[in-house]
Formats: sequence, C-alpha cells, structure tokens
Amino acid sequence: MSDRSFDLWVYLSRTPLLWLTVTLFAYLVAERFSAATGRHPLANPVLHAVWMIAGVLLLTGTPYKVYFDGAQFVHFLLGPATVALALPLYENRSVVLRSLVPMTVALMIGSVTAVGSVLLIARAFGMPEVVLISVAPKSVTAGVAMGISQQLGGDAALTAVTVIMTGIVGAIVVTPMMNFLGIKDWRARGFAIGLAAHGIGTARAFQVHPLAGTFAGIAMGLNAFLTAILVPLALAILTPS
Amino acid sequence: MLVSLFLILLCQLIGEVVARAVSPQIPGPVIGMALLFVMLLLGGRPRLLPREVRDGSLATTCRTLLQHLSLLFVPAGVGVVQRLDLLAKYGLGLGITLVASTVLAMLATVAAFRIASRLLRSDANDPEAAS
Repeated sequence: MSDRSFDLWVYLSRTPLLWLTVTLFAYLVAERFSAATGRHPLANPVLHAVWMIAGVLLLTGTPYKVYFDGAQFVHFLLGPATVALALPLYENRSVVLRSLVPMTVALMIGSVTAVGSVLLIARAFGMPEVVLISVAPKSVTAGVAMGISQQLGGDAALTAVTVIMTGIVGAIVVTPMMNFLGIKDWRARGFAIGLAAHGIGTARAFQVHPLAGTFAGIAMGLNAFLTAILVPLALAILTPS
Repeated sequence: MLVSLFLILLCQLIGEVVARAVSPQIPGPVIGMALLFVMLLLGGRPRLLPREVRDGSLATTCRTLLQHLSLLFVPAGVGVVQRLDLLAKYGLGLGITLVASTVLAMLATVAAFRIASRLLRSDANDPEAAS
C-alpha cells in the first residue's frame, strides 16, 4: 500500500462514516439475498450480514470498539423500534384483547422453559458459573439481557453474542418447525418466536405474517419483564454454591 | 415525520426514566411501547395530541422503523469478534445448548398458547379455523 492510500485508510478507519456504510452495505447484500431466495429461513439477513462484517474486521485488524463507533447509530435505533411496536399492537388490539388468557399462560410456561432449559443443558455440558449466568437471559432482547447478566456477575459481551445467536437460531428454525407441527394459528406462532428469540424472531415473524409479528412483539416485551425476575431465581435454585 | 420521531423518542425517554426510578432491570423501551400505545388509543380525540398521531404520519414513521428491524441487530451481532476465544472453547456445547433450549422454549410456548386457547374457547372466531 502506498503512503497516500495508507493515510486515507488510517483516516477512514477511524471515522464513524466507514463502518456505518459497511454495516448498511453488508445488510443490503444479505437482505437482497434473503429476498432472492423467497425469504428462505437459512438466508437470514442478520446471520449473513454479521459474518461478512466480522470477516472484514478480522481481515483489517479493526477492533470492535472502532467498528461500534460507527455502527452505534444503527444500534441506537433498537430502542425507538421497540417503542414503534406499539403500532401493530394498536392496529390488532381487538385480536390481542381476545387472546389475553392464552398469552398469559404461554408467557409463564414459555419463559420458565426458556430460562430453565438453557441453565440445565449448559450445566450438563459442565460450563462454569460465569457462562451459566451469561447465557441464562438469552431469549430476551440484547440490551435487557446484558443488564441482567451484568448485574448477576456474568460476561455482558458473551451474553450479547448468545442473545444474537439465539435470535438467529429461532428465526431459522421457527417456520419449518411450526409448519411441520401443522400450527396455523399466527398468534401462537408469533408469540412463541417472540418469546424465544426476541427481536430477531420478531423481525422474522413480520416477514411471514403481520399478525404473527404483532404477537411476537408483545411476547418479546412481556418476556423481557418476566426474565429479569426469573433469572436470579433460577440461578439460586439451579446453581447452589 | 419530525413530530412523529419526537413522540417516539419522548415515549422512550419517559420509559427509561421510569425504568431507572423503579428498577434498573425493567426495560425502558418496553414502557415506551406501552406509552405510545396509549397515545395511539387517545389519538382519536382532537386537540389532545398533535395531529400527526391521527393523520397517519406517526404510523408511517413506526412502519419505517420496523421495516428493517433485522438491520438493527447487526452491530450487536458483530460483537461476536470479541468473544471468539470463548466460542472456540465452548462453541459446540454452547451451540447445542442454544439450539435445544430455543426449540424447547418455542414448543412449550406454542403448546401452552394453543391448549389455553382451545380450553377457554376465548376466541369465537379462532384464526386457526379462519385460515
């Protein structure tokens, strides 16, 4: 690399502009690919955008912190987007109101299963306590999960990674699984994916059906509350120290 | 557009303040979602709220934000580069754990939802029957 192009690289790699543009470009490529495959579950846009960007960071030796200085503008919109979920909730309020009882039952059972099963399976693999704490809130949206993990002495960065992996796994598995089980109730399908796989699952649900997306958004919100209460309890029961 | 964006951010801000005051574990944006929902419910009453709530521009802004919800998870996902060491160490076990637990959580939730819905027959026009 000549001196001049090296100078340019040094300049660009330190500005938010470069990594913000890279993030949007990688997502656009992944999104086009997803659309071209007719929204095939394996063509999940988050999955493919993440590995492309991670590859660029590793190849150029760019630290995550430098990348995030640019990408934070996208990351910030997670909060407003969560607030915006009020719109589908409002538009489908009559169906939601009629489904209050099944939603409550499904929330309790689903949330306990999500937290309990991840702890039991991870413990069976002999993972240390810091990993157990970090993976326990894996079904709730990243910001909340990192808060829960941090407060209980977990590794927030590991939590963020497991949350995103959970979201991608859920988004890939949900459609084939629900079709195989013959479940045609969009409310139930959406609620399950929103509970188990938070926002990434909700994004998938909106791709498939608007009513599924609405119920996914509700499940995501409610599960964030319940998991914050359940994780400390479950850890106390399952990891006696 | 600007008024709508302001209203959304305002809901989130109030949500964050309430969350911090009550308990740091309560997610502020979820409270913000509840506030915006109430705002939409009240939107029909003239003069109480800005007309953007009624004329569809708030709805358009919300739809724009939600249209590429997947994109918003990409920066956090790229954080995987920070923990490649832990992933190499626990990768396989962690992968199996996450897949198994996510599938179990979905199965339990969807089963509970359908059984409760059927037992209570709370839905005279069950979407399952409709589709």
